[in-house]
Amino acid sequence: MSAGPAVPILWYLALAAALFAIGTIGALTRRNGISIFLSIELMLNAANLALIAYSRQLDQRTGQILVFFVLAVAAAEAAVGLALFIAVYRQRRTIDINRINLMRH
Amino acid sequence: MQAFDLLWLIPALPLAGAAINGALAYRKAAKALVTAVALGAPLGSLLVAVACIGQYLGGGHWPQAVERISYAWTTGALSIHVAFLLDPLAAVMLFIVTFVGFLIHVYSVGYMGHDEGYARYFAYLNLFMAAMLTLVLGNNYLVMFVGWEGVGLCSYLLIGFYYDQEFPPYAGKKAFVVNRIGDFAFLIGMFALIARFGTLDFVPIFHRLAAQPALGTASYAGGLSFAAFVGLCFFIGAMGKSAQIPLYVWLPDAMAGPTPVSALIHAATMVTAGVYMAVRTNLIYQLTPGVSLFVAVIGTATALLAATIGMAQNDIKKVLAYSTVSQLGYMFLAVGVGAYSAALFHVLTHAFFKALLFLGSGSVIHAMGGEQDMQKMGGLKRHLPITYRTFLAGSLALAGIPVFAGFFSKDEILAAAAASGMPLHWLFWGVGWITAGLTAFYMFRAVYLTFDGKFRGTPEQEHHLHESPPVMTVPLVILAVGAVVAGWIEIPLLRGTDWFHRFLAPLLAGVQGAAPAERELGLGTEVVLILLSVGLAVAGILLARSIYGGDGGAERGLAFEERFPALHRLLANKWYVDELYDAIVVRPLHGLSWVFYRVVDTLVVDGSVRAGAAVTRAGGDLGSLTTTGNVRNYALYFFVGVIVLFWWLVR
Repeated sequence: MSAGPAVPILWYLALAAALFAIGTIGALTRRNGISIFLSIELMLNAANLALIAYSRQLDQRTGQILVFFVLAVAAAEAAVGLALFIAVYRQRRTIDINRINLMRH
Repeated sequence: MQAFDLLWLIPALPLAGAAINGALAYRKAAKALVTAVALGAPLGSLLVAVACIGQYLGGGHWPQAVERISYAWTTGALSIHVAFLLDPLAAVMLFIVTFVGFLIHVYSVGYMGHDEGYARYFAYLNLFMAAMLTLVLGNNYLVMFVGWEGVGLCSYLLIGFYYDQEFPPYAGKKAFVVNRIGDFAFLIGMFALIARFGTLDFVPIFHRLAAQPALGTASYAGGLSFAAFVGLCFFIGAMGKSAQIPLYVWLPDAMAGPTPVSALIHAATMVTAGVYMAVRTNLIYQLTPGVSLFVAVIGTATALLAATIGMAQNDIKKVLAYSTVSQLGYMFLAVGVGAYSAALFHVLTHAFFKALLFLGSGSVIHAMGGEQDMQKMGGLKRHLPITYRTFLAGSLALAGIPVFAGFFSKDEILAAAAASGMPLHWLFWGVGWITAGLTAFYMFRAVYLTFDGKFRGTPEQEHHLHESPPVMTVPLVILAVGAVVAGWIEIPLLRGTDWFHRFLAPLLAGVQGAAPAERELGLGTEVVLILLSVGLAVAGILLARSIYGGDGGAERGLAFEERFPALHRLLANKWYVDELYDAIVVRPLHGLSWVFYRVVDTLVVDGSVRAGAAVTRAGGDLGSLTTTGNVRNYALYFFVGVIVLFWWLVR
């Protein structure tokens, strides 16, 4: 493994928690659909970071494999999500989610 | 092949007739076809019945009972068969029902000829025959009960036959409800029998009771012995069906039905079902002197009460209805004093002369164009000679004039009451004697008002008066012959001519030592009693003649009744019994129903259902506030949910 003092796992976890919190707040407060989308990506990657940190710490490869899955699914999700936003934008000329409340009806 | 193998056909034929005519009632079927079915079915029953009775008498079967199981039905430990039984008692009833029933069917062809509901009428009438024959032929209480309920249903249907008028459906409902009260007690009695004997078949039950009277006299419930309990339950059942105090009130109202129905159901056959059942169950009554005394008291009281009411009625059918109630009272007096064969003898003679009287009144009503008020009749003997003569024969039989049938049976009941040695037996005789006098009086009041004097109706009615067609008068004549000769099978005084009693004797053998040995009155006493009752009957007839006979009879009668205004009002209003029941039973029940309707049903039941709906709806409305349609809110809920879940997992 690499030389030098290892970065303690706590730091990774703290970073992951900070990223996750930022992502959550972003997802709950932003009005722009794309911004919410980005915030969710941030939350996913915070989770990825935590997974990798634990994978290293515990010397288990499963966590890293899981991260690959998350990345793949997130990519697919991004494609579908962006396509949806484009479709919504074409319909309504906006992607402000305060003005998209179709689920009430 | 034995004729008995066809016993099941006797009720089955009218049942088939009812089904066919019921189906024909929906189409405008040819009247000839309806008539053929309507008369063919009871005629077939009559022929099979005569063949069976003939074989029974001639084939050396007497006094054994002949049983034929048509369908074996077993549930668990209990097996009750749809089985028919022919024994002396069933044979007598079978003959009455098929013979009188067939004659009344024939009469109905004439009487109901112009009615819209011709096919419907005969469907009901055939159904009644089927039920009544099931009742008398069943070999156990359950089959009897099926017939019992069947005749109740047909009675309801036929009383309410003119359903487009206001009163008949009401009267039908009243009959049905009052009968249900009795039926309930009958059911309880049957349950008690099943619990004790594990069967409802007559033969094994009575066999075991006769062998072990202790089974019946053992204490059972409410301080009553088993026999007393069952006997009382069955008697309450009979009170409903056979119109005894306090359940007699439906029978006079039952006259709202067509007149032949009154003759067949509410005089000759159905109302005697209670007497038949009591005679069938005589072993149980023999084991319980207390209940027997009660039966005798009720019977006597009913006979007297109904006779007094009959004296003040102006509707010819009402007079006959109350006389029926009164005669049924005599029959129960006979049952109560242990003279079971005398009770059945009176059933037999009464069936002839009362059917005759009702059919005669039907002929009168037919001629009068539907008028039933005797005050508007009078002088009809010139216009309806056959009806008059046959009606007179029936009235003489009912009044108990010697040679006519009613004399023999009524006399036998009175003699049995006097000879019974029960407590109050002279009171029973005395009240029965007075009632006989009242009977003679009110019957001849009816005869004189209807047939004697001048015609008091409208000129159109008078112009329209005509004797009924032969299809109606021939049954009248046949029944009139029966009303004369039916009593000759049991002649008092002459020892050794009590054929009827000996014919039934094996059924009435009873329990050793349980019933008081039948006592014989001395010949001299019996002669005196007969002279007394005949003398009173003749006096009653002469009194009626002096008041109501001749030209000014109706006016004299009204003047006579005016001399006792309070008494007359009391009797004409039937002792206000209907009003009393209305006040103490019907109105409280209506009130209770109203409470149940308004409070229990509307408030509690509907209220709880509505409250449930309202709570659900409010909950839904509340929940729908969270459904903003805004994705961000949903994400927030989700987030809060995760936090709560997380907290809950790690706490």
